[in-house]
Amino acid sequence: MPHTTPKHTRRTLFGRSIIAAAGVAAFIAALPLAGAAEAQTPRRGGTLSFAISGETPGYDCHAYDTFAATHFLAPFYSTLLKFDLAKYPEVAGDLAERWTVSPDGLAYTFTLREGVRFHDGSPLTSADIKATYDRMRNPPQGVVSLRRATFADIDTIETPDARTVVFRLKAANPAMIMHFASPLNCVYSAAKLAQDPTFPAKTILGTGPFRFVEHVRGSHVQGARNENYFRQGLPYLDGFRGVFMLQPATMVNALQGGQVMGEFRSVSPAERDRLRQAMGDRIRIEEGSWTLNLTVVFNTTKPPFDRAEVRRALNMAIDRWGGSRGLQRTTPLRHVGGVLRPGAPGAASDNDLAALPGFARDINAARAQAREILRAAGVTNLLLVNRTIAQPYTPAGIFLVDQWRQVGVTVDHRQFETSAYLAALREGNFDAAIDFTNLFMDEPSLALAKYLSRDRSPVNYSRSTDRELDGIYDRLIRTADAGERTRLLRAFEKRAFEQSYQAPLLWWHRIIATNTSLRGWQMSPSHLLGQDLAEVWLAQ
Amino acid sequence: MLRYATKRVLLMIPTLLGVAVLIFFMLRVVPGDIVEVKLRGDGGNPTQETIEAERKRLGLDKPIVVQFADWMVGLVTLDLGKSMWTEQPVVEEIGGRLGLSFQVAIMATLIAVLIAIPLGTASALFKDTLVDYFIRIVTIGGMAVPSFWFGMLIIIALLYLFNWLPPITYTPIWVDPIANLSQLIWPALAVGYRYAAVVARMVRSSIIEVMKEDYIRTARAKGVYEKLVVARHAMRNAMLPAITVIGLEFAFLIGGLVVTEQVFNLNGIGRLFVQAVGKSDFTLIQGLVMLIATVFVVTNLVVDLLYAALDPRIRYGGR
Repeated sequence: MPHTTPKHTRRTLFGRSIIAAAGVAAFIAALPLAGAAEAQTPRRGGTLSFAISGETPGYDCHAYDTFAATHFLAPFYSTLLKFDLAKYPEVAGDLAERWTVSPDGLAYTFTLREGVRFHDGSPLTSADIKATYDRMRNPPQGVVSLRRATFADIDTIETPDARTVVFRLKAANPAMIMHFASPLNCVYSAAKLAQDPTFPAKTILGTGPFRFVEHVRGSHVQGARNENYFRQGLPYLDGFRGVFMLQPATMVNALQGGQVMGEFRSVSPAERDRLRQAMGDRIRIEEGSWTLNLTVVFNTTKPPFDRAEVRRALNMAIDRWGGSRGLQRTTPLRHVGGVLRPGAPGAASDNDLAALPGFARDINAARAQAREILRAAGVTNLLLVNRTIAQPYTPAGIFLVDQWRQVGVTVDHRQFETSAYLAALREGNFDAAIDFTNLFMDEPSLALAKYLSRDRSPVNYSRSTDRELDGIYDRLIRTADAGERTRLLRAFEKRAFEQSYQAPLLWWHRIIATNTSLRGWQMSPSHLLGQDLAEVWLAQ
Repeated sequence: MLRYATKRVLLMIPTLLGVAVLIFFMLRVVPGDIVEVKLRGDGGNPTQETIEAERKRLGLDKPIVVQFADWMVGLVTLDLGKSMWTEQPVVEEIGGRLGLSFQVAIMATLIAVLIAIPLGTASALFKDTLVDYFIRIVTIGGMAVPSFWFGMLIIIALLYLFNWLPPITYTPIWVDPIANLSQLIWPALAVGYRYAAVVARMVRSSIIEVMKEDYIRTARAKGVYEKLVVARHAMRNAMLPAITVIGLEFAFLIGGLVVTEQVFNLNGIGRLFVQAVGKSDFTLIQGLVMLIATVFVVTNLVVDLLYAALDPRIRYGGR
């Protein structure tokens, strides 16, 4: 089997993508230059107190997709690979010291680091990796795995020796390398899984930089330094305490009062401004585009929204460029983009977007056209279903009410609690709805899944069936050629937005406020990444 | 008295059973599915097979009659089941928060009683004087200002005036009394102010009414000192409606401090309740409703017994 270096593998997979480089450069450029000024020798010691704006539903990483789980669990666990946030979206080894990918993309061979031990002292071997990934792709009874579809392409997992693990795929899948870096794919002990497959749901036992100390439900989670962590000299902190703070105002007070050093999901523009004003040079603000968006979904099973021209007209009536300018002052909504995060490798440029329905620069002309279509179709009102989350769902809903009012459509805007909201989407009790996309990385196989036909994607709440989109997607996820991927992405966007089953409203803007005493934490476009706290340290 | 108390205790059983039946069926009528919230609520894309497997694991696929039977059997055996969200026993989920909520309720009640009775009495005795006007302004202010908003003012004042904030995690009073009180005194004050205002208004109007009674005139005609007239004759009777209000307010505080708990980041029953409702965590909601219903029923019983103890005219149960 021909071997390549990991870096070369990345190049092979993405064909030295100029777009990727541009994406990385754009993201890095968006970050403040604070890092250079603050570069100092890391200081060892201290306990980091930070806020988590949600509490994990449970301890099993494989069962959840939420940031509340990663912010809680990431410090305790390791993964096979991880994202190199300084070079995002490149990946680096975590438990894997090095790896190779066969030229046909069907075999991934990982060599594990030596001397890695679980927190109970037992050594980590390739058997643990195999048991972990077998559990994710074929969960035993009583185990929930949200990664089943993600790893469906894995055919076999071999462990020729204690430090080597080989994944053989049924079909090439260029995204696989990034899935190996997902923070949600914590590696568990094979011995414990053999005793009880639900062990990780009950007990936290990883190889991460921190050992689990306590979880007081509704209050906080606490960890202490793992003295046997496999990365020499890390972590810097003696420990951490993650305090669950569900109200943004409470979190901002605590940050201002020095009770917590940061919160790693995001703050709103208003909270950022308040913190800047109150704390001056004691607060560090880092900003960038975010792997989250809000999406406008039309119910294609309800007339007249079963007609493409009606959906397209409603989509065309939305002034995304103007909305971005207004909404970014008070909400996290900011970036105009297509199916991928603006700035991500392969994402549509502003010029690409301007040619698509719903992204016209001349909104008056687009609205005039939309008004005619809607009048002819007799569309005078619609029911918009939304979620009762103040930021940014409520302002987004109000924005849409106003946009459609301007083309003669009256909107009944109804907001529901999450459970009732999801039920309304599932049951199709809406004409239009505000949905959302929440990704842990920029990868088309994840981002485009929502747009697939309903029989392939239960979260396609528009209930559309479009085999053309399905076909483009199937080709896209199998090709490693960056040029071809980009071409397919443009074709996918063109088809998706012309049909307007659903379309992104705006992409979110991530704003992280941390006390300047907190060092070593790295910003990224995803709030699920970079939370193991291994390299975080306190200057005071 | 004993017969009355026994009868009231026995009456609690059908009341609580009625609550248990109502809450079970009401929850099943409301749209929402905890499995969907858990697996899709943050953007996850699980297969339908995964959703169905999880529903089965949580017992949500069972016929509603079977689920109801499980709930009633559990109730009788004092097993409230496990939270569908955290999969921890409901009793543990509630128990971990109950101490804090009880302490805030007790502290707020003490603050309210200590403030309300002197203020209400003074306001009544000095009716339509400057003292009365001042107390009325203070008490009307207390009723008009929401507790959570007063709490936010307290937080901002502490932050900007003293650059200090109360602790953000709970320490039991027996572990560290200072840390405990420095966290809980502020929400107790925020809630206690409104509570005191309500009780003070009640005490004032009761005393004004009682002071017009014949027995007060008789006491005065007998030459009893005015202080004794107030303390022995007026106060005792005027306290009856105030006790009702204090009881109801106390019961409300156990689960009703939803926003105030958020403002002070308190890990209490109110916050747990809101979270449980938002996630459609049926078993936890059922457990919390039963707790609050029990608190209300027991509080009402205590209030009624206090009535009997305070007012010799009341004879319960007959002879």
